Amino acid sequence: MSFLEVTSFLLDGFKISLLIFGVTLLLGAPLGLPIAFGSMSKFKPVKYLFKVIVWIVRGIPLMLQIFIIYYLPGLVFNFQIFGQVDRFFLIEYGVMDAGRIMAVLIAFTVNYACYFSEIYRGGIESISKGQYEAGIVLGMTKSQIFKKIILKQVVQRIVPPMSNEIITLIKDTALANCIMVCEVIKQAKELAATKAMIWPLFYTGLFYLLFVGLLTIILGKGEKKLSYFRS
Amino acid sequence: MAILEVKDLKKNFGKTQVLKGVSFTVEEGEVLSIIGSSGSGKTTILRCVNQLETPDSGYISVDGQVFFNGKAEKESDEERRRRQLLVGLVFQDFHLFPQYNVLKNVTLAPELLAEEREDYKHNKKQIHEEIEAKAKEILAKVGLSDKLENYPCELSGGQKQRVSIARALMLEPKVLFFDEPTSALDPELTGEILKVIKGLAEDKTTMVIVTHEMSFAKAVSTKVIFMDDGVIAEAGTPEEVFDNPKSERTRAFISKFDD
Repeated sequence: MSFLEVTSFLLDGFKISLLIFGVTLLLGAPLGLPIAFGSMSKFKPVKYLFKVIVWIVRGIPLMLQIFIIYYLPGLVFNFQIFGQVDRFFLIEYGVMDAGRIMAVLIAFTVNYACYFSEIYRGGIESISKGQYEAGIVLGMTKSQIFKKIILKQVVQRIVPPMSNEIITLIKDTALANCIMVCEVIKQAKELAATKAMIWPLFYTGLFYLLFVGLLTIILGKGEKKLSYFRS
Repeated sequence: MAILEVKDLKKNFGKTQVLKGVSFTVEEGEVLSIIGSSGSGKTTILRCVNQLETPDSGYISVDGQVFFNGKAEKESDEERRRRQLLVGLVFQDFHLFPQYNVLKNVTLAPELLAEEREDYKHNKKQIHEEIEAKAKEILAKVGLSDKLENYPCELSGGQKQRVSIARALMLEPKVLFFDEPTSALDPELTGEILKVIKGLAEDKTTMVIVTHEMSFAKAVSTKVIFMDDGVIAEAGTPEEVFDNPKSERTRAFISKFDD
């Protein structure tokens, strides 16, 4: 296999990595918000329910969570839902791994939503009480206070920790290969197994590096754009 | 009729009784200064009237509207907001909105209120122009016409406090409250704030000022209250309280400030 052929083969895998990255971010970031509000709830049972969820999800390795989500329906209900989806998409559309990818997306979205929720919570709780009180005495509603006063200050504060988490996310997508999803490292291992080529495995590092470089630039721009005020 | 009426106001924080039954009235156009040592309950009075704390008992009314009567009642956010607009509060630490420039800090609340008006959709542009014109006028009055586009982090403490006064004035409260408006400022900056408040007093703005600036309180107020350990130890005209204090506590407190 030529260098170009290997690159193209790995790129097919990296597209899957990017898919997991994109969907997790798109679904996990908004999902983190209700979880954050849940764990800040003044109603104790709700608060503790969310705290326990976050504890479990953050307390178990993500790889194990992928296994659990992928295998549990088959074990408990004797119905391998993700296997069925795999088969359906393969037969109907000729798409590989659809069910496995779905299982990975569920695990990733829930896992990252919990991490994001803690970042949001920290951000929201760090805003001084005075900001809320200023809104109250100016006759604003609770939702106006949150949307018009608090939110942007929270966003400014959470950009650095979110950037960190987002950069971790792209590298975590490699975990998908534990249930044989053909992301970039799985592809490289495939080459090692079938063509006895080991260098593509190391070459995958460059894909991550370039993408993280791009992310760093974008996130840095965002951070700079929000630095026009100090709270 | 008094524009602000407070009767037998009581408030506990846990086991500490901060207000032990405070009563006073303020007439329209009056300036009331509340003095007293830290922890005497001055700020708590302001916070109760401005609905940031719920009193345990007592009575509060502003401009004939009952704010609190005896005990906390369940009520809608709407009710609370309607009353809130009768009073304004200037905080010790300004609490400006850091992400907005000076002009927007002042126009934000009236703009949000205007959105609830029935004619908002039709006269949107005109309404915003009116609000902006009014904001510029008030900001000119507090001497900040050249800072409209600046962000709070670019201002001095005195300028920040003047923005926060302008922000409160925008909603035309019936009574404007100040919670130690100069305490967070460097001594050389307090003068500009006191000048603004004096100007407001000359315009007959009804104000209640919690302050440690004794000579200022004496000069600007029509009435002074000396708070001591949750009760009003002395009340009267500035001359009565400062020059002829009846109680020993008042005399001791005021003598600490004499140069």
